[in-house]
Amino acid sequence: MITLVRRPTPSQFWSYATPLLAVIATMIAGGILFAILGKHPVEAIRVIFWDPLFGGNASYFRGQLLVKAGPLILIACGLAVGFRAGIWNIGAEGQYIMGALFSAWLALKMYPAESHWLFPAMIVLGALGGFLWAMIPAVLKVLFGTSEILVSLMLVYVAENLLAYMAFGPLKNPEGFGFPGSRNLQDYPSAFNHELIEGTGMHWGVVAALIAVIFSYGLMHRHITGFRIRVAGEAPRAARFAGVIPARLVMLGLGMGGAFAGLAGMFEVSGPSGQITDSFNVGYGFTAIIVAFLGRLHPIGILLAGLLMALTYIGGDMAQLMLGLPSAAIQVFQGMLLFFLLAFDVLTNFRIRFGRVAA
Amino acid sequence: MTELLKIEGLTKAYPGVVANDGVGFSVRPGEVHALLGENGAGKSTLVKMIYGLVKPDSGTMHFAGQSFAPADPRAARAAGVAMVFQHFSLFEALNVAENVALGMENPPPMRQLAKRIREISTAYGLPLDPARLVGDLSAGERQRVEIVRCLLQDPKLLIMDEPTSVLTPQEVEILFHTLRKLSAEGTAILYISHKLEEIRTLCEGATILRAGKVVASCNPREKTARELAELMVGAELKVTDRAERKLGDVVLKVSGLSLAPLSQFGPSLKDLSLELRAGEVLGIGGVAGNGQEELLATLSGERPSAPGTVSLMGEDISGLGPNGRRAKGLLAAPEERLGHAAVPAMSLTENAILTGTMRKPLTRNGFVDQGAAKTFADEIIQAFDVRTPGSHVAARALSGGNLQKYVIGREVLQNPAVLVVNQPTWGVDAAAAASIRQALLDLAAKGAAVIAISQDLDELMEISDRFSALNEGRLSASRPTQGLTIEEIGMMLGGAHGMQEAAV
Repeated sequence: MITLVRRPTPSQFWSYATPLLAVIATMIAGGILFAILGKHPVEAIRVIFWDPLFGGNASYFRGQLLVKAGPLILIACGLAVGFRAGIWNIGAEGQYIMGALFSAWLALKMYPAESHWLFPAMIVLGALGGFLWAMIPAVLKVLFGTSEILVSLMLVYVAENLLAYMAFGPLKNPEGFGFPGSRNLQDYPSAFNHELIEGTGMHWGVVAALIAVIFSYGLMHRHITGFRIRVAGEAPRAARFAGVIPARLVMLGLGMGGAFAGLAGMFEVSGPSGQITDSFNVGYGFTAIIVAFLGRLHPIGILLAGLLMALTYIGGDMAQLMLGLPSAAIQVFQGMLLFFLLAFDVLTNFRIRFGRVAA
Repeated sequence: MTELLKIEGLTKAYPGVVANDGVGFSVRPGEVHALLGENGAGKSTLVKMIYGLVKPDSGTMHFAGQSFAPADPRAARAAGVAMVFQHFSLFEALNVAENVALGMENPPPMRQLAKRIREISTAYGLPLDPARLVGDLSAGERQRVEIVRCLLQDPKLLIMDEPTSVLTPQEVEILFHTLRKLSAEGTAILYISHKLEEIRTLCEGATILRAGKVVASCNPREKTARELAELMVGAELKVTDRAERKLGDVVLKVSGLSLAPLSQFGPSLKDLSLELRAGEVLGIGGVAGNGQEELLATLSGERPSAPGTVSLMGEDISGLGPNGRRAKGLLAAPEERLGHAAVPAMSLTENAILTGTMRKPLTRNGFVDQGAAKTFADEIIQAFDVRTPGSHVAARALSGGNLQKYVIGREVLQNPAVLVVNQPTWGVDAAAAASIRQALLDLAAKGAAVIAISQDLDELMEISDRFSALNEGRLSASRPTQGLTIEEIGMMLGGAHGMQEAAV
């Protein structure tokens, strides 16, 4: 018989070891999955995890790694603040879209005027767009006690429709020969979020992600505000006793997540994507939730988890291309990662005893 | 007379702790027998084995001359053992008769059952109206329902677990009448308590448990309460040292304070007023659930009240939150240790930061100074003799008494002008309780004002200068504790809550 015995103090060792264990378990379970699909498991795992970094065309893929990891890390850092406080913002995808729309709107209005102020102004507007979109569930929760989970999630679909309307309507490229989508900001020097170092994929969004990691580390693990946020997530009554005002906490938790997601949208639309189209959003906002948990809601963990998730994205694409794996199999594979992480989490708080324990 | 219940060598071990180690004692028919011991001494495990809730690892029980090993409570009840638990298992939305019927194997028709309830309850001096909703009953009346439910089974042995903790002194008096009548009719009663005076008035025999073992059997009437306590604790009990205190100016003034309930069934606070002088300890007594939690929440600032209701040293602080009040010197320690006064999963150091940042230099420009926080935590651990491997340990790993010492120590060491504590020694062993009381007295001797909210009247008599009763959200006018009798306190606590004893 297997029994779980609660640890009096959470294990430091396992809180670091479980993410590694989860990755290994995912590789094994994923390998079995791929074998059932008739692919060679070891090769599939190699294509996903090894080839993008050290394979034949690795120089191209390594750049892609940062391009994909940047928004994931940036969004996850913001979400982690809310998650720590027990505020479940599931709508980062919508906030990401709104950040992109706000900043792209400014750029397209200014076009073709060149100015050094345009790009910083777009950054501010991007953050504002995401922030305001996140304030809708925040205000509703504070005033009426609505569930931020449902409201933020549903607002994703509202944002997607708004995105499509903008792409086909007000923001459509007047010189686009009727094709849907806005002007490409890559052709607008003042607004273009260009690569900082040629061939690395490093753009301003990646810099922002690194700053976000450092900032949220300082906030959550050094500053008293972060301490109170963590208390609120652990024990809401103790948080009130410590002087936390719940309404402000909700605003901060959702607001940070929204602003960071908005920023990610802004850097994406002005850089790698370049234009507003109806298929602009590719699920970064949702994947960032996995990244946040995979990184144990800790900024450094999120940095590593973001890189890992980006790797499975790129590797997954390659596996589809080279081995003909269905895209659903790749999604299952990514889902397994979160599943195993949550499962192994038990080890942090519990000890496993084999055999009979005197009951 | 032969024994009704005879227990020999009963042992029960849980992982890491032997709850009962070779326990043996016996109860005669009609005897009121006390089971005495501190929290965690093994009283609950022992009675759970008698009632068939827990299976012993070894040892034998005999009941009415026959070998007795109940597989479940149903078997125990069939043999003639009944139990009234400390926490009632009643449905508030059902009436008395329906609640009683739910606990029976083959309930008779409602009308007949109601008649039986009326008969039995009046016969034993516990009148009950079978048609009333349990949700409308006071704690004392709810206990009656539980007792009557047991009496309907015509038990030979009635086990009562801490029955008086929810009662006022008058209600206790009524209960004792009933128990004596039962005993006179030959029903044995196994009475679990740590209230020594009660046991000395009620019981003829006592078995004292310490750390799972029987340490003494005696007739409690031949011992003083102090002797019993020392047997229970296994050490000489330190008497709290109540130094002469000089009263200063009024530091805290509450006037006309009203507050809506915290929860659906909670009471509201109604027009509360009090004055507290420097160096004074005000004891606020009352059965839990009469507004104690609400009073603490509004004084601590978690639930600020209307302007002009609370003032500290002449300054209106009604609108301030907990940290604003801390900065001005009003500190509090709530009743619930895990999840309110402390965060269970966080370390003691982090729990020091929880309330310590306003009065101790634990932050610099808003950033937490881990070194200073650890020093403060170690200081609390040292000064209050908190038994823990270190300040890095999670709060939930500490025993109740140790965590309570930590929580009280954290506030005391911040040199408050006013400290409000709710149930400061609830669930705490006697030695820790004594040291907590001493800490509160020492704090007052240094010139701070203390409000102690507690259900334990002995405790309040021991430490407070004045006494007030909190009953259904109303606070009585305060009276000096010196010369206050237990009857007077009982009347202040609402007497028998409208309950009456039937003429028997």
